[in-house]
Amino acid sequence: MLAGFTWLLLCQLAGEVFVRALTLPIPGPVVGMLLLFVLLPLSSPLPRIIGSAADTLLQNLSLLFVPAGTGVVQHLDLLGRSGLRIVAVLVITTVLSLSVTALAFAGVARLLGAENVGADQGEGI
Amino acid sequence: MTHFVDLWVYLSASPLLWLTATLVAYMIADALSAACGRHPLVNPVLIAVAIISVILVVSGTDYSAYFAGAQFVHFLLGPATVALAMPLFRNFPLVRRALIPMLVALVVGSLTSVTSAVLLARAFGLDHATMLALAPKSATAAIAMGVAQTIGGDPALTAVLVILTGIVGAIVVTPLMNGMGIKNYAARGFAAGLASHGIGTARAFQVDPIAGTFAGIALGLNGLLTALLVPAVIGWLG
Repeated sequence: MLAGFTWLLLCQLAGEVFVRALTLPIPGPVVGMLLLFVLLPLSSPLPRIIGSAADTLLQNLSLLFVPAGTGVVQHLDLLGRSGLRIVAVLVITTVLSLSVTALAFAGVARLLGAENVGADQGEGI
Repeated sequence: MTHFVDLWVYLSASPLLWLTATLVAYMIADALSAACGRHPLVNPVLIAVAIISVILVVSGTDYSAYFAGAQFVHFLLGPATVALAMPLFRNFPLVRRALIPMLVALVVGSLTSVTSAVLLARAFGLDHATMLALAPKSATAAIAMGVAQTIGGDPALTAVLVILTGIVGAIVVTPLMNGMGIKNYAARGFAAGLASHGIGTARAFQVDPIAGTFAGIALGLNGLLTALLVPAVIGWLG
């Protein structure tokens, strides 16, 4: 668990150094994710070492958004003024993006005859 | 009474109180969500944020004082993003087969998200600053805040809109996809991650591991594309 967490931090650190050195407009952790993805197949014990730390973090992913979400208390005046309109924009755009994305994915998969992609291994709700 | 004041002064100067409060609020929220059979409306992020916001407002605590404690939880978003490599690695054969559907869905989904946010913000008469903060809202918080800064928006407001978008996406995705009859869990997960980043991804992992994997990929890819698209769309429509 500790070794796995250390690996995650090392990849994040490498990612941060990389984007800062090249002044890229990408967050360091995203580069860290790509780095870890490249490293995982190279060493057979690595997936086992990182697995439990990664799973623990991802199982509690929702928790990690609570501090940033609570930042809403700083914008109560804006929400009081135009909260309904903002929520309306958020709901409509999110429904639109979700529908368009899922339809495009499922539609292209069907056209390519890869209809079973994702559908054959899912466990359902 | 002075004891209470002393205690409050001590606690409010240490990260312990708000770090603990964040975890307790989330445990309550998560227990409620589990008790309701993970019904999408009982969103744990929404409930935990509501609990803490009420406590902060009632106790007159500054967000910066709260964040001094909660930052330890916030920090873990970095390693959690790196950790998304793990499900990607485990399901790579499946991901490789879906490469073309993924790329098409990425481009149309990302374009839809950014342009619809800009056009609707204007149609609803929201001010320019709010419109700029809304444009990158589907991307993950770190990227969206950086993008907002580049185009002259307020990164702190963007962070809040990003989280709200995530909560909306996590709530609507399951009933919406069921209503549309989309049974492809890769497509459902990819849509959740694209439109509502990490919170949509958390929801997708709750529903199905394959959906979660594709949500994680969409989160990363849409983060990159949003960073490129938003300045162009704002230049064109803004």
